[in-house]
Parts: sequence; C-alpha cells; structure tokens
Amino acid sequence: MSTLTLKNIVKEFTSGSGASASTTQVIKGVDLEVKDQEFVVFVGPSGCGKSTLMRMIAGLENATSGDILIDGKRMNDIGPAERGLAMVFQSYALYPHMTVGENMGFSLKLAGVSKEERAEKVNAAAEVLQLGPLLDRKPKALSGGQRQRVAIGRAIVRNPSIFLFDEPLSNLDAALRVQMRIELARLHAELKATMIYVTHDQVEAMTMADKIVVLQGGVVEQVGSPMELYHHPRNRFVAGFIGSPKMNFLDITVTGVAGEGVTVRLPDGSERLIPVVSQTEDGASVIVGDSLTLGVRPEHLMLDAQGPFSGQVQVIERLGGVTSLYLATPDGSGDAPIGGLKSDEQSDSGWILMADGDVNSRVGDSIRYGFDTERAHLFTREGLALQNLNRHPLTSLTRQDNSLSSASAAQEARA
Amino acid sequence: MRTRASGRTVGGLRTLSLQAPAVSLLLMWMLVPLVMTLWFSFQRYNLMMPSVSGFAGVDNYYYLLTDPSLWTAMGNTLLLVGWVLVATVVGGTLLAVLLQQEFFGRGVARLFVIAPFFIMPTVSALVWKNMMMHPVNGILAWVAGLFGLPAIDWFASLPLTSIVIIVTWQWLPFAVLILLTAIQSLDDDQVEAARMDGAGPVAIFFYITLPHLKRAISVVVMIEMIFLLTIFAEIFVTTSGGPGLASTNLAYLIYIRALLDFDVGGASAGGVIAIILANIVAFFLVRTVAKNLEN
Repeated sequence: MSTLTLKNIVKEFTSGSGASASTTQVIKGVDLEVKDQEFVVFVGPSGCGKSTLMRMIAGLENATSGDILIDGKRMNDIGPAERGLAMVFQSYALYPHMTVGENMGFSLKLAGVSKEERAEKVNAAAEVLQLGPLLDRKPKALSGGQRQRVAIGRAIVRNPSIFLFDEPLSNLDAALRVQMRIELARLHAELKATMIYVTHDQVEAMTMADKIVVLQGGVVEQVGSPMELYHHPRNRFVAGFIGSPKMNFLDITVTGVAGEGVTVRLPDGSERLIPVVSQTEDGASVIVGDSLTLGVRPEHLMLDAQGPFSGQVQVIERLGGVTSLYLATPDGSGDAPIGGLKSDEQSDSGWILMADGDVNSRVGDSIRYGFDTERAHLFTREGLALQNLNRHPLTSLTRQDNSLSSASAAQEARA
Repeated sequence: MRTRASGRTVGGLRTLSLQAPAVSLLLMWMLVPLVMTLWFSFQRYNLMMPSVSGFAGVDNYYYLLTDPSLWTAMGNTLLLVGWVLVATVVGGTLLAVLLQQEFFGRGVARLFVIAPFFIMPTVSALVWKNMMMHPVNGILAWVAGLFGLPAIDWFASLPLTSIVIIVTWQWLPFAVLILLTAIQSLDDDQVEAARMDGAGPVAIFFYITLPHLKRAISVVVMIEMIFLLTIFAEIFVTTSGGPGLASTNLAYLIYIRALLDFDVGGASAGGVIAIILANIVAFFLVRTVAKNLEN
C-alpha cells in the first residue's frame, strides 16, 4: 500500500528582503488524494506549478503550509531520501563519472547494502529494462532512450513506494517517446507501484493516466479520469486544455431553459437545444437572455450544407485519416490560429473543424457546417461548465481497464 | 590541397609559405634562447675572468652535478611546488564549495578571496615579510603574543615553509577562481538526484562534486606547476635563498650562479638541467592531465 494525500498545500516564494520583500504564491492550496497503484498525471501549461508540486512531494522543496501524507504519515519535515520515493528527472541527472551499474546502485551503496546484494538488485532492475549489456558503460556512451531507461532503473532499484516522473520523455524524439510511453505503462502494470507523472503533453496525460490533475496558476482546475476530463470538463480552461486540436468557443444567448436542456440562439438566428443542466456547480442558474459560451470540439463539427455556421477555409492540414480545416468565421469568433489569407479587417483566429481524410475542400472555399448538439458544451461567463445531462459511459474507465492483462482477467472471471 | 584519410591537410609549397612567418617567429622565440643556453653551457664563460674562455667540454655539468647545492635546490623546488599544489588544490576546492553556498555578502567574500591574485609577487612578499611574519612588528608575532607564545622568526627558522605560505596565499585565488566556475557548471538535478538517493552533504561532496571537479583540478595543477617551478621574486625579496641554501630553488640557484658568482657557463648548465627537469615533470603531468581531459 502506498498512498499520497495532499492537504491544502501552499507554496510561496519570497523575493527581495526586508521591507521590499514580495511574496509570490505559486501553489494556492492544493488538495489531492492518490490511491495505491494509481498512475496520476499532473498536467498544465508551463508555470502552472506542476513541477513545484512534485518537488514538494519529493521533499526537494518545502511546503509553506499544508500537509503531505504518504501512507497516512506526515512527511513535511522528513528529508527526500527518507520518504521512500524515487524521482526520474527531465534531464535524467545521471552521474556522468559512474557506470550504468554504479548509477543504479548508488542509493544502495549509500545505504550500506553489501556488494553482492547490490549487484543482485541492479541486475534485476536491468533485466526489467533490458539494460543488461549496458551495465559497464558510462552514461555518455548511451543514447537518449537508454539514458532514460537507466534513470528509471535507478528509481526501480530503490524499490520506492511512489515513483515520481518529472517530464521524463520531453527530451526524446517522437518515435522514442511513443515507445517509452508504452514501456512506462507496462512497467506500471508490472511493478504495481503508485506513480506520479508531470507533463505538459496532454497526449502523455491522456494515454497513461488513471487520473489526471489539471493545474493552472497553482490551482487544481479538475481531477478526473482522462475520459471524464474530455467529456465533462469542469470549466472552460480544462475544456480548452484537454483535446487536440483545441475546442472552439462561440458566444451565444440563451432563449429557453427546460428540464431536457438549454436552448440557445446561434449567430445565424437558428436555435438549438443543448442537453445540459441549467445550474452550474456553484449553484448559479441560467435564465433566458443570459449570454453563454458554446464549446464544440473540432471532431464534433461536421460539414453540412444546411448547417448553422459558415466559414472560409484558410489552412488545410491533411493527415490522411483526418483533415483539419482552419476556418475564418464571418463574425471573427474562435481562437484557433488561422493566419493564411487574412486581410486587415479579418481576425487572425477562427475555428478548427476536423473532417474526414477524403474531404476535398480547398483553401479559399466557403463552407457551411454544423455540430453535434449532444456533445456540445456550454460555459457561463465565469467559465464554469453546465454539465451534460447524460454521463458519458466511459468516464469511469481507468487506463488499467484498457490493458490486455486486465481484459483477459475479466474474460477469465466471466468464464 | 590533398587531404589524407585522417583529415589532416598535407602542406604543399603554398601552405608552407603561408605558415612560414608564424612558424619561424615561434621557432626563433623558442630556439634562439635554447640554443644560446646550450652553447654557453659548454663554454668557459665567467664574467670575473674574461681572459679564460673557449670550449669547456662537460666541465660545467660535471662541477654542477657534483655540487651538493644543486640537489638541495632541486629538492627545495619539488617541495615548494608539491606543498603549494596540495595547499591550493585542497584549500581551493573547500573554499569554492563554501563560496558556492548562498550567504549574506557572498559577492564581497568572493572578491576578497580572489584579490590576492592581483597583487604582484614582489609586493606580496614584502607585505608578508614586514607586516605578517616579522618577529617584532608582524601580525603573526602579535597573535602568538596574545596566547603567551614566543614569536617565531619565520624566515630564519622555517624559511621554506614561509615561502610555501606566501606562494600559497598568492595562488589560492587562482585555484578558487577556476574551481568555483567549475562548481557552478554542476547540474542541480544531479545534486537533487543524489539527495533523493540518500546522499548527505559529505557524500555529495565526495561522490558528485569532487568527480565533477576532476578536470578543473587537473587544469589548476598543470598551470600552477608551470609557474611554481620558476618561483623567484618571493625568495629574492624575503630570504635570498637562505639561510644557507634552505630556501634556494633551482631558479634561484641559477640566479646565484649567473649574477652573484658571475659564472655564465655554470648557470647555463643549471638552466639546461632545469629544462630537463621541467620536461620530465611535464611528460608525466601532461599525459595524466590529457587523459583526464579526454574522459
């Protein structure tokens, strides 16, 4: 069992001294519960405090206030080594003058473990990571992916209660990143360890996490499973941050509120019923005449000659399977960068529509398009979401349910 | 221009002519003094006896090598170089680690530590002689008096040690300067990784900082060695090589031969011996340092 609990963690940095000292709050009261064997990903834009939060968990920084509990024990005043954690750094932070084997066994050596036992543990970790033939090499002689594996191996050897990963894949090339992503997922299943992972890459977050923690400006915006964040974002920030390309936003007016949803008027004058509740989570009710923000993901927009929206194609990105159309809207709404053919009176941002790979639109075409009202989102002026009436069926799915081992286990259970 | 597989350019007539000015300047710079020294070392050449001249064979070398003062001077040279190196490298490393820490007034402290390097050797030797180590007026004598101890007449009783202290004081800043910049290039993540691995300050120093400084230390050793083999001003100003030969090093011995005994031939032979000694040292040193720098 290894669990982590954060209670109202605050981190302040003080710059200057004496009367001119100014305090910056970078973590503004974070509460979090990490369960045993969970893979939790901290994600957020740069400067959101995700790395600071992880460093506080690791013990490399002190929390200004709040409690850090590991397995129920308060760890605030305990040094990084005694917390029983292991961290993998973005720069790998391998010791350049030691061989791979010495790097991995360093913590055991400091702990006074005998040479034979050390070799045994290092070999076991090397086995898991296929590092066996590299044990006598220096880090300099390794490729980026191998260094990454050594850094992970160094963590495994310590047999920590919780693994911490600080953007471990951001120095690797795209192909290697995919490979390491899968390898990390495999390791997580194999080691059955609790892992906390910091990244700014939402693909890593979506693919690996059991639970994603979205941070912005030192505040937790939402905690939930990847599908929950995608289908039921708590607010406009999470909606815009999760999903690629970004969600499109449009200001609209409420014309009707009923039990089966909220009716809104679109720019072309037509009305649509969006199946969402009429109350935000803080209890504010939506009434007729309110102006709201409509959010639609690019993949939920579709080409439709009778659709309520129109736009001019500015940029086309063809990926084969899907095609992204960057559209300049007549009213200049949307915030996707479209650049392209813009003239002075046009806005330089617009909507993105993800269409089928075989769509034959060309740059400069004017097209009409519609959207899937079932999957549209509504946000209040304050940015809070009106939750969809229908919970998406996959929201409680964790990553473990996607892996082969648990699928076969489930089959066995059924048989 | 043809290029070999090794990538080195093979000089044709044209490239040679372009290199010629630089090469000949360097050759003259190095060869003329060397050849002149070699030439004088085989001559009977004493300024006190201008009538006695001509080829001396190996006499100059014979007299020098059978003179016990040469071996004393050589021993003193090695002692001086060795102890100053040990003191500056050990002290420099510790000071560099200390000055790397965050504390109030760090910038000023760094400046003060580096300051002695800007003082010319003659001046620092005079300061040490008359203000620090003087048995009557010196600060060290006054400090000893505070504890009721007798004053030490440094240059009379511990001549070589005194010179080692003075030279160390001068060269410590250099070591600190190089090692401090090297410490600053140590990756913070590595230190933090070591902390996570359970390393305390002492373990971090020995397992992380010191290996990181290995290259910088070898650079300090190499450069200091070159300068320390030829220490002269400090000896000239303080002890004049004495008492007896107690603080005479090779450079000072050559000075005695040439300008106090007026024996240019014998001094030149001493110069040649110094060159050979420096080359022996350089041969081993440069090889180890070069190996260190490669890794």
